[in-house]
Amino acid sequence: MKNQNTVIIDGREIPIEGERNLLEVIRKAGINIPTFCYHSELSVYGACRLCMVDVEGRGLVSSCSTPPEAGMKIRTNTEEIRSMRKITIELLLANHDQNCPTCPKNTMCQLQNLAKNLGIKKVRFKNTAARAPIDDTSLSIVRDPNKCILCGDCVRMCSEVQGVGVIDFAYRGSESMVVPSFKKNLDSVECVYCGQCSRVCPTGALTPKPETDLVWKALDDKKKIVVAQIAPAVRVAIGEMFTLQPGVTTTGQIITALRSMGFDKVFDTSFTADLTVIEEGNEFLQRVIKGEKLPLFTSCCPAWVKFAEQYYPGYLKNLSSCRSPQQMFGSLTKEMLSMELGVKKEDIVVVSIMPCTAKKYEAKRPEFKKSGVWDIDHVITTQELGTMIGEAGLCFTDLEPGSFDMPFGFKTGGGIIFGNSGGVSEAVLRFVTEKVPGAKTDSYEFTQARGQEGIRELTVTLNGRTVKMAIVNGLGNAKKIMERIKNKEAEYDFVEVMACPGGCIGGAGQPVYHDNRVRGKRTKGLYENDRMLQLHRPQENPYIVELYKKSLEAPGSQKAHNLLHTHYKARKRIFKEGVTISGTSGTTVPLEVSICFGTSCFLKGAQNLLHQILEYIKTVDIADKVEVKASFCFEKCDSGPMIRVGDVVIEHATFDKVRAAMETALAGAHGNK
Amino acid sequence: MRTHELDLDRIKEDYLKKQDKVSRRVIVCAGTGCVANGSLPVYEEFVTTLMKHNIRVAVELKTEEEDVYVSKSGCQGFCQMGPLVTILPERILYTKVKKEDVEEIISATLIGGKAVERLLYTDSNTKKKCKGVNDIQFYKKQHRFVLKECGIIDPEDVNEYIAKDGYRAARKACLEMNAESICKEILDSGLRGRGGGGFPAGRKWDITRVQKNAKKYVICNGDEGDPGAFMDRSVMEGNPHSVIEGMIIASCAIGADEGVVYVRAEYPLAVKRMRKAVLDANKIGILGKNIFGSEHSFTLNVMEGAGAFVCGEETAMIASIEGKRGMPSPKPPFPAQSGLWGKPTVINNVETLATVPLIIKMGAKEYRKLGTAGSPGTKTFALTGHVVNTGLIEVPFGTTLREIVNNIAGGVTDDKGMISNEGFKAVQIGGPSGGCLVDEHLDLAMDFDSLKKAGAMVGSGGLVVMNKRTCMVSIARFFMQFTQNESCGKCVLCREGTKQLLNLLDDIIEGRATDETLALLEQLAYAVQKGSLCGLGKTAPNPVLSTLKYFRKEYEAHIKDKYCPTGQCKALAKFSINAAQCKGCTLCARKCPVGAISGEKAKPHVIDQKKCIKCGACVAACKFGAIGGGAK
Repeated sequence: MKNQNTVIIDGREIPIEGERNLLEVIRKAGINIPTFCYHSELSVYGACRLCMVDVEGRGLVSSCSTPPEAGMKIRTNTEEIRSMRKITIELLLANHDQNCPTCPKNTMCQLQNLAKNLGIKKVRFKNTAARAPIDDTSLSIVRDPNKCILCGDCVRMCSEVQGVGVIDFAYRGSESMVVPSFKKNLDSVECVYCGQCSRVCPTGALTPKPETDLVWKALDDKKKIVVAQIAPAVRVAIGEMFTLQPGVTTTGQIITALRSMGFDKVFDTSFTADLTVIEEGNEFLQRVIKGEKLPLFTSCCPAWVKFAEQYYPGYLKNLSSCRSPQQMFGSLTKEMLSMELGVKKEDIVVVSIMPCTAKKYEAKRPEFKKSGVWDIDHVITTQELGTMIGEAGLCFTDLEPGSFDMPFGFKTGGGIIFGNSGGVSEAVLRFVTEKVPGAKTDSYEFTQARGQEGIRELTVTLNGRTVKMAIVNGLGNAKKIMERIKNKEAEYDFVEVMACPGGCIGGAGQPVYHDNRVRGKRTKGLYENDRMLQLHRPQENPYIVELYKKSLEAPGSQKAHNLLHTHYKARKRIFKEGVTISGTSGTTVPLEVSICFGTSCFLKGAQNLLHQILEYIKTVDIADKVEVKASFCFEKCDSGPMIRVGDVVIEHATFDKVRAAMETALAGAHGNK
Repeated sequence: MRTHELDLDRIKEDYLKKQDKVSRRVIVCAGTGCVANGSLPVYEEFVTTLMKHNIRVAVELKTEEEDVYVSKSGCQGFCQMGPLVTILPERILYTKVKKEDVEEIISATLIGGKAVERLLYTDSNTKKKCKGVNDIQFYKKQHRFVLKECGIIDPEDVNEYIAKDGYRAARKACLEMNAESICKEILDSGLRGRGGGGFPAGRKWDITRVQKNAKKYVICNGDEGDPGAFMDRSVMEGNPHSVIEGMIIASCAIGADEGVVYVRAEYPLAVKRMRKAVLDANKIGILGKNIFGSEHSFTLNVMEGAGAFVCGEETAMIASIEGKRGMPSPKPPFPAQSGLWGKPTVINNVETLATVPLIIKMGAKEYRKLGTAGSPGTKTFALTGHVVNTGLIEVPFGTTLREIVNNIAGGVTDDKGMISNEGFKAVQIGGPSGGCLVDEHLDLAMDFDSLKKAGAMVGSGGLVVMNKRTCMVSIARFFMQFTQNESCGKCVLCREGTKQLLNLLDDIIEGRATDETLALLEQLAYAVQKGSLCGLGKTAPNPVLSTLKYFRKEYEAHIKDKYCPTGQCKALAKFSINAAQCKGCTLCARKCPVGAISGEKAKPHVIDQKKCIKCGACVAACKFGAIGGGAK
């Protein structure tokens, strides 16, 4: 019995069941070893030194990085260990901003919890750090380096799980800081605002940017009609802030709370989710029929959209042109409600309640402003709503449930499951299997689309045509899929990408949680919501049917396009356009000659070529017909110098090749005139 | 690039033939220390002046007849006496040679056959002139084993290395031994890591050997970061091929085909010499594919560090080589299992690797005759501090501290440089990771285990001798500041702990300490020692704990009495005027910048302690030596 695969922890025999490290075994035994830098989703870091345990014969080891071995005798709370943990926390507190009551993470901070649990009564060390400035330049996330304990969780989350790597350690020793490159602000680097860094941050160093003050202001303004839309994922999570279990649906209470706070209309984002399915489903079918622009990538996740714009601009034409449900809601509401209530669009304030930090950025994308009026005015997270409910003095769990306003409060199950990874895909399947003749299934459920894994694949047959789908959550997984597609290792027709693990229910705006099982519970809650509804297929939503009949005409129509679709911007370079060297003031559209001034092409003689071309233009006097630009890297460094004349890209450019191309292009232009 | 089959014997023969044609050889030390002291102009002067005398001069050995071969060497060891010039065949050692001395050396010694007395070393005890290394105490008492050729051969001439039987051990390893037998030989020799860890090299190699992976690496740790340590530097500068040979043997032992020599960027000469050595080894086929015609291939890259002491830690070094931030990772997994690029990797110190060819040549049994049973072999030390002779030394394990301090170093000196027989206070051994040894350890036979028992460690080999005027609290602070600066910042205990330890030491030195300070210092030091992620943090408190152990009273004086017994801590200095000696000339009162001294003319003056800023201007001004401060 004794020599089975077991270890002895504080005198108790505990079996080893495939755990990766001692920490997991010890926690399984019900002992909550404190950690900061250990995350089951991230690589082992070993920096916080809180998880040290005593292994007989080996001394103190960090349990997060030591694999369990049969027969180990472990003690987790010797006097030495307790004393060391206390000193570690004291050391962290010495240089920490100890203003807990005013911190956004008050009562949710792990440093605070540990100080309490370990019985710290005094910090015996001096504060030596200078105060660092707070970065709140981004729309979505606030960075406060004074609260950072350098656990590195954010760094590893951004790099390992999200594949972006926007923040990292800089400087050395006690000067170490977690910063974006060159200490720039978050809004000047490639941050996609997914906020997962703030989700894993144990303290208040990274938090979602609050907007509640602005919402209160709107609510207090008698002239404004304030409209709320609630995302699906919010309703199965906000209860956690009021001692309810994750996954418990509290939609009714949310609605009552919102009305109580002064919202004039309370609608459901699931309605526009249904609408998204119709538009996107139709878009998808068109593409399948025409055999073009496949795979179709979903576009409702703004972090994914920015990710694609930055790293895969060549695939932007594959992104669905549909707006996200949040943005569809904004434009629709401002348009329809202003007409219905006879109010000016400027007097309608749309507030989204989202599980997401990226939605704050999405709402302020310039294409979502019409005639000076934003489609979405404010985005608050689930956490912020919880705070507002607290500010309003409401006892959330005691509230009587209320109901949504119509028509934008009605949804089918297909719209509500958008909050889960796989939800969009399943909803689209519910639509297309009925749209395509002979494809309808008996059950509305497509459980193959469901699950927790980061990359899932499924195949369906629509009237003889096999449709391959991929469902991805986590941007690092998105990168994997994109590389597979680029290298032609895999082919898909439809790819759903959600930046957050588990989908929106795992968003950074959701209540702070430390146990990953919470996500599974929230996911389950949404599927239960779906079951409890009478209608499950978005096309059956009677209010949507009416919307098309009365206003939008048909999916993909011009009207639909204006209100419900959008376009994207390649963001790989700071400027896409390059730097104009010699422009023209001519009235005709000039021939654009772009010379790559990336380092490789520069070393291969790009600057000489530029001079020759400029000389040539002067000599043959075509300055009014040609615009010369220095562009950013063409990314064909082996074939440089790279020059583009009009639409023609010239590799291994020489002056003669360029001159010939220019002559051809200008002659052609002449010919067309 | 191999133009002919690699034949070590023929290369040796060719070289010796050329050497025979030379009547004399002048070896100018070109280790970093002597170069800094101006040895390169000395070298140039020899060449030009010999030519002026119409003597045939060679700066590299050629086939024609030459009379005098002038070459550069690596560190000759006696760094305090540099620039050093050795004349062969007489083995004369000239010290502190200047450009202006070259003419005399040529006429007197090279032409006239006599030594230039004034340039010979004078024994500090007997006051006699010493002709060469065999007469100088500093050298006589050493056992230059790993350093044998360092200081003689031209480190940039691979042929000379081969002529001295270099690369024969590598050939033996490639052709006559297999991986298992090589590991066994090194294991049997008892060779322990010379970088500080003291882990049996043979065992490390064996663990790596048995890992099932087609790709493995050998890394040479040339990131010698201890302040004041220059052992590895001297080996890399003076005999780079010995390191390469060690790495080739290691690669055979574990089955690696690729290696990296990681040299700290602050050693540009070592980088240059290692790079040239690798280039030359490649040219003649000692590195590359099918070495010596065997199945074994091995290529080497020389990589520079970027100024981080922590990158001497093996996992941090691996991260640095991979282009990542130089931060250590938790072990397990150990580099032997998962190291560079996730592959099994052996990382050894420079000195360890340089010892390997010697062991393969002489055999484990013979090697074990040197040193002690638990720590066979020799160890190089960088001997510095308050002694007569400082420099690079090598002694067998088991040598006592007394032998080193008195016999090799020539005795402890006081602040004026005079030998002071009772002046010994302590020796700091092992740099910022080490501890101190005191009187009771003078007759300790030093090796890995005995030092560990005494609460110190061999470390990488830094030996700083301190006289009675040294404040041990300041020493602890000095090393703590270094470690704090070099902490990578990853783990809380080292990053914040060393900073707070430094704060506490500053409090003690500057008179702000309270009754709780010492207890807190100790508690924190133990926590940092037990809980840090890597060796830097784990050993950072050693100087504090060690000085506390042997010099607790000194700490207590700083804390309770606000007094520094050696007078080094200026903040605690208390200047006072001896009334008996004071003539009342008022000079001090006039020099005092804050007007702290008062007194009537021709009457004894008094310093107001409250106003005194301890600048010492009064002490400097007093012509009667009436003002003292601090030291008892």
